[in-house]
Amino acid sequence: MELADIAIKFGLIIIIFLISLVVAMYSTYAERKIAAFFQDRIGPNRAGPFGILQPLADGAKMFMKEEIIPTNATPFLFIVGPSLAILTACIGSAVIPWGQDLVIGGKVIPLQVTDINVGILYIFGVVSLGVYGVMIGGWASNNKYSLLGAIRAASQNISYEISMGLSIIALLLVTGTLSLGEIAQQQHGWHWNVIYQPVGFILFLVCAFAETNRTPFDLPECETELVGGYHTEYSSMKLGFYLFAEYINMFISSAVMATLYWGGYNYPGMDWVTAHVGPVIGPLIGTAVFFVKIFGFIFFFMWVRWTIPRFRYDQLMDLGWKILIPLAIANIVVTGIVITLFN
Amino acid sequence: MESLSNKKKQLKVKPLNFWERAYLPAIVSGLAITMKHFFKKPVTIAYPDVKREFSENYRGLHSLKRDENGAERCTACGLCALSCPAEAITMQAAERQKGEENLYREEKYAAVYEINMLRCIFCGLCEEACPKEAIYLDGDIVQSDYLRKDFIYGKDKLVEAPLNQ
Ligand code: SF4
Ligand code: SF4
Repeated sequence: MELADIAIKFGLIIIIFLISLVVAMYSTYAERKIAAFFQDRIGPNRAGPFGILQPLADGAKMFMKEEIIPTNATPFLFIVGPSLAILTACIGSAVIPWGQDLVIGGKVIPLQVTDINVGILYIFGVVSLGVYGVMIGGWASNNKYSLLGAIRAASQNISYEISMGLSIIALLLVTGTLSLGEIAQQQHGWHWNVIYQPVGFILFLVCAFAETNRTPFDLPECETELVGGYHTEYSSMKLGFYLFAEYINMFISSAVMATLYWGGYNYPGMDWVTAHVGPVIGPLIGTAVFFVKIFGFIFFFMWVRWTIPRFRYDQLMDLGWKILIPLAIANIVVTGIVITLFN
Repeated sequence: MESLSNKKKQLKVKPLNFWERAYLPAIVSGLAITMKHFFKKPVTIAYPDVKREFSENYRGLHSLKRDENGAERCTACGLCALSCPAEAITMQAAERQKGEENLYREEKYAAVYEINMLRCIFCGLCEEACPKEAIYLDGDIVQSDYLRKDFIYGKDKLVEAPLNQ
């Protein structure tokens, strides 16, 4: 690899990192605004015009708060917990194809940090690592509510990972590759996977809600039963990291859903547009389309949060094991039969 | 058993049918309902910027009134303090000196008159008790503040502005 390539990769990584952080930051603002609109309110509007400086104010507040490590907590693990949560949230973005290759001055610049051939498995691994942050934090707090929340998080994530994996298998039958870059390319134009895998998409969507601990599956931090859940004992920016990790996770899982099922950067008529505006602007429009899809999903996450109450824990497990898993297996079987018949 | 009022109703819990158990239709209709609210006008009144109209008999901040010549009406009789259920009012009386007739209407007046706004429940009994029509709760909402001591309002804040000024 030449030095220039390394520099470009480095730049790309930094840009993606910054974008993830900014999106996560403004997701907190969007969440509050959207919640307000759903409840016929106005929402934050004091910090700057329409309150757009609110995330900065919140961040400053988080940093100013007193840092408390409970006497009986394990200090090292107590700090590792949130660090791990935010770390795993950030590294997921490495394999997501943000756009088609840019060609600037005869140089091909891929808008994907790395296109490893097992991209989906990588995402999957990162997602299952994410629960360790919660688990360690809850354990280290030495508080029964934290521990209960952490255990809930762990068992919930394990249960829903199974049906998530099964729903992806059906998708892999259709695409025949594990590389996210290739999956995105295959969906050129309007050949989006959601058309071939609607049931798989719904399964994946439900599991994504569960994996990101969003309502209706936010039992790990269920205030009515567990005070604050796994982050009961956390304060200051360590709490901020946990909350932030949730929003980054939401961003990444929206990006994954958009890539796997909703065509990534593809949109109908993209060849025509690219032919007219040239090989630099064209892919960038694709990237913009990709972000529109991501924001659509983020909006959907929030829309659901402010509509549906949370599940009871046994209902959650029932849904995971007795409905989603059989449905996912049936989806695989049907997909397999259809593919064998038509090929 | 026969119920006493004969109003007892036996309710039957119907088992959920397939669509109800599948959650999705219910979730979609719920999403539709919230989406309707998304486009509704917010009901919020952004208080310090926009003020909702008070009703005519709204009881707000007290004001100590002056008579038509600009003299303070209060004679420090203490009836308001006596009637106050929250014991929010204290005062110290003083005798009117020669030459102060244009300042105080009666021979005895309140040199110090304090209401603790944190104790006051804005019941309006002081207004009802006053024989001199000296106190009325016709003001605004009491402003918020940082320190408890700043909620004890003295004559500087309570007495009406002098006439023709
Ligand atoms: S309004 Fe009621 S509580 Fe307040 S000072 Fe008057 S009598 Fe006391
Ligand atoms: S305000 Fe009225 S009731 Fe209270 S001391 Fe003055 S005159 Fe008496």
